[in-house]
Amino acid sequence: MSTATTEQTSTYTPAAESLNAVLAAGEAPPRPSAWSAARTFGWRAMLKIKHVPEQLIDVTMFPIMMVLMFTYLFGGALAGSVTEYLQFLLPGIMVTSVVMITMYTGTGINVDISKGVFDRFRTLPIWRPAALVGALFGDVFRYLTAAVVILIVGLILGFRPEGGAVGVAVGILLLVLFSFAFSWVWTMFGLLLRSEKSVMGVSMMVLFPLTFLSNVFVEPDTMPGWLRVFTEVNPITHLVAATRGLMQGNPDAGEITWVLVASAVLVAVFGTLTMRLYNRK
Amino acid sequence: MTEVAIETAGLVKTFGDNRAVDGIDLTVPAGSVYGVLGPNGAGKTTAVKMLATLLRPDGGEARVFGHDVVREADAVRAKVSLTGQYASVDEDLTGSENLVLIGRLLGHGKPAARDRASQLLAAFGLSDAADRQVKNYSGGMRRRIDIAASILKTPDVLFLDEPTTGLDPRSRNQVWDIVRIIVAQGTTVLLTTQYLDEADQLASRIAVIDHGKVIAEGTPGELKASVGAGSIHVRLRDAAQRESALRVLSGVLGAGVHLDADPVALTAQLSGDDSDREAAEQASRALAELAGAGIVVDNFALGQPTLDEVFLALTDHPATTEEVAA
Repeated sequence: MSTATTEQTSTYTPAAESLNAVLAAGEAPPRPSAWSAARTFGWRAMLKIKHVPEQLIDVTMFPIMMVLMFTYLFGGALAGSVTEYLQFLLPGIMVTSVVMITMYTGTGINVDISKGVFDRFRTLPIWRPAALVGALFGDVFRYLTAAVVILIVGLILGFRPEGGAVGVAVGILLLVLFSFAFSWVWTMFGLLLRSEKSVMGVSMMVLFPLTFLSNVFVEPDTMPGWLRVFTEVNPITHLVAATRGLMQGNPDAGEITWVLVASAVLVAVFGTLTMRLYNRK
Repeated sequence: MTEVAIETAGLVKTFGDNRAVDGIDLTVPAGSVYGVLGPNGAGKTTAVKMLATLLRPDGGEARVFGHDVVREADAVRAKVSLTGQYASVDEDLTGSENLVLIGRLLGHGKPAARDRASQLLAAFGLSDAADRQVKNYSGGMRRRIDIAASILKTPDVLFLDEPTTGLDPRSRNQVWDIVRIIVAQGTTVLLTTQYLDEADQLASRIAVIDHGKVIAEGTPGELKASVGAGSIHVRLRDAAQRESALRVLSGVLGAGVHLDADPVALTAQLSGDDSDREAAEQASRALAELAGAGIVVDNFALGQPTLDEVFLALTDHPATTEEVAA
């Protein structure tokens, strides 16, 4: 490869003729729509996954590990049998894994935006949030991958959702939708904090209590009062309740609405903050 | 009166206590290369970033073809392109994917973006590398893909931020040729550089920047004249004659003659405030004296002042803006 590289450098002579032809044909088409610009950035995110497939490890290996670990760790003790516990745990562990993966959005943005290519993106006359929204489209693909991986592992281990294919699919959609909205928290931190490591640190500090102090592993009934108060306002608890309901065949309209409203609020608040930071960078 | 492409008045950007850009006034005529010359940390990149709408000025104002860079940022973005100091392309993507990406973002449909990408790759001699990730490109190829991305839509103003820093001489010459062709087509180029010879080769006007201020502005000739005419390098046939050559040259040109590392070579400064013509006269007088003294000169060359010399000469003055030899 390096020989080819040297060869190219040495043999190239800029030719006025071909460059002039290029310049003459350089008229700008009409500006793309917001949606089309965001989709193009989504395509960029997919290309990056194609070229650096190792980055999918965290959305495949990590979720498998989570399911296996917690199913066998708690199964016997908490529900009497592993299979029985799995019916309760799987939707919750799916939520935990996917929500945890959202933190890579922040570190990804932090690294990506420090590169020169973002300077070019920001000098293009396009809808400003497109670059970030597009990056999140790529992340949505990763969230979906993780959810499906967990579902497959669960089915192998004996997860038999009573909500059927539709219930499971809607549950996953709701989870991915919330995760997309929740990701804006991390894009904000990704722009706010100086290094990838500090973004990681903050994400851990938020995500661990948020996912563990919830109804993912056990029903909150036996928790001390103060903890119950926290689990009840914890959005993860509502997301788990909504997803669990859908997958188990008894959807809870109240919880689903709660999740949808929370998602909208997250995008409105953290999307706005993110864009303000992005414009100021 | 030619059209004005870029105009700034009292442009300021501060980072904490550091006034990175400290009141810059520039007027860049359309259709030419304008050089912004200065050492690392002089504020060149910060100034370019403000003009390209990447940074918001803290004071003063700047217009690109009449559009304010803050209030009409989108209109400015529609006219400019930026090739940053570090490659402004995605290193994980291939050359072709990078160009298709920018093409799509400019509003081309997929087939049109692909056509345009392959046309550009061919014109920049990168067709064979089209499907390779940019991270595997050589420095020169990286610069070319970067410039190619910048002219995907022919810009009215092209910012080139130190386009040849770190390139080998051949790649540097390729970039220079590309810039000349682009300018000949009517694009205005604002070029920042640390090298006087680069500004000299390409720019029709140069602003010298130090500590965020313009310390001199003018044509390359005016700038060089302000520093003095440079130096004369002489190579003798016989190393034994060097001592006498030193005496002869010192007699004609005064102090500032020194021996080079090469045992047959020596260099003499031509005196301070002379114009090019007088410098040439000085040099020929020096050569005549050498011949008169029976010293055989194999070879001689007139050296241009270096950026170091320009800089030293300019920063000796108080750091106020001044026109060089109006």
